[in-house]
Amino acid sequence: MNGVHDMGGMDGFGKVEPEPNEPMFHTEWEARVLAMVRAMGAAGAFNIDTSRFYREMLPPHVYLSSSYYRKWLLGLEDLLIDKGFVTADDVAAGHAVQPPKPLKRGKFVLGDVERVMVRGKFDRPAPAAARFKQGDRVRAKNLHPATHTRLPRYVRGHVGVIERDHGCHVFPDSAAMEAGEDPQWLYTVVFDGAELWGPGTDPTVKISIDAFEPYLEAI
Amino acid sequence: MNGHDHDHHHHHHDHDHSELSETELRVRALETILTEKGYVEPAALDAIIQAYETKIGPHNGAQVVAKAWTDPVFKRALLEDGSKAVSTLGHVSRVGDHLVVVENTPARHNMVVCTLCSCYPWEMLGLPPVWYKAAPYRSRAVKDPRGVLADFGVSLPRETEIRVWDSTAETRFLVLPMRPPGTEGWSERQLAELVTRDSMIGTGFPKLPGAPS
Repeated sequence: MNGVHDMGGMDGFGKVEPEPNEPMFHTEWEARVLAMVRAMGAAGAFNIDTSRFYREMLPPHVYLSSSYYRKWLLGLEDLLIDKGFVTADDVAAGHAVQPPKPLKRGKFVLGDVERVMVRGKFDRPAPAAARFKQGDRVRAKNLHPATHTRLPRYVRGHVGVIERDHGCHVFPDSAAMEAGEDPQWLYTVVFDGAELWGPGTDPTVKISIDAFEPYLEAI
Repeated sequence: MNGHDHDHHHHHHDHDHSELSETELRVRALETILTEKGYVEPAALDAIIQAYETKIGPHNGAQVVAKAWTDPVFKRALLEDGSKAVSTLGHVSRVGDHLVVVENTPARHNMVVCTLCSCYPWEMLGLPPVWYKAAPYRSRAVKDPRGVLADFGVSLPRETEIRVWDSTAETRFLVLPMRPPGTEGWSERQLAELVTRDSMIGTGFPKLPGAPS
């Protein structure tokens, strides 16, 4: 979706301001939110792409003005309500008043913690041969799905070169909609700065994205 | 309590206190609901937080970088397949898949961003700092990387190529910075002390020998 989360190339946000000796969490609730998101994901309530999509669907003014973990909280609430794990009655009461909905992998318990600390595997066996190879020139398609995608706006319609082939991976556009993993070839595609940002761009700058095959067309 | 109008309503007030306490109440309510429904064990949530606080962090990435600086065979393997190479190091916590390590050279400087959200190599660097997840970095890193580097007090020779890696998939990028001069004969452990988090994101350099820590 063409949301405000797709920030590459936007102007006006000001300087980057690193915080010296930044703590891992600024408040205790941030840590609880992170833990709840990880636990409910590991229990099978949602996949990573669906959780990203729910953050992207926050109203633009909310997305831009909420802290990072506040966005995680709001996205998590919306997602759990939409999928029926939590109801509006539960939230209004601040307690569980409706019965639970079964989780795909069951209750998240202490013994599951180690599992969430290792990143998942997203590569999958190839359903078909790769269409592109290293060195091929490709164009990022001019796609504007209203749902989740990992093709940033700033590359759409632009020409780049296939630099690496990462094999086949879960396709986020499909997984986010719970429409199956639909594995697709994944490539690093590199673009010249001037191709993306026009005349006057620093000629030493190159930008790459990792692009799924359905995002690309041969030229 | 639910719904974003509430959030919007509060927006015109001073940010910090009222928003925080409202958020805190919401977080507590949600945890209560998830616990009462039997979805999560609160002790398991505590354990997740503890694991993030103790097991991951830039010290993991620093060990990998220091090893690459001293062991050419390891370095080659690391650049070829980051996840596989890191998994051979017993003393580094297990790393997930799809770690891609990119090497800085005098001709090319690498920098990592996630313009769409906050993708970051957690196992190697810990949880990302706020600036990495915030709009100024995410919007500008791909368009004006030299300007972003200037915000960090970093400047590169004009002819150095800058390569920005936008983490748009489940691949995760770690920058292998250049080894600082004056460190000949140093041990891996000594070298690891010089490797900063930002030098592995590409927004900084390793510390120089003798620099204050």
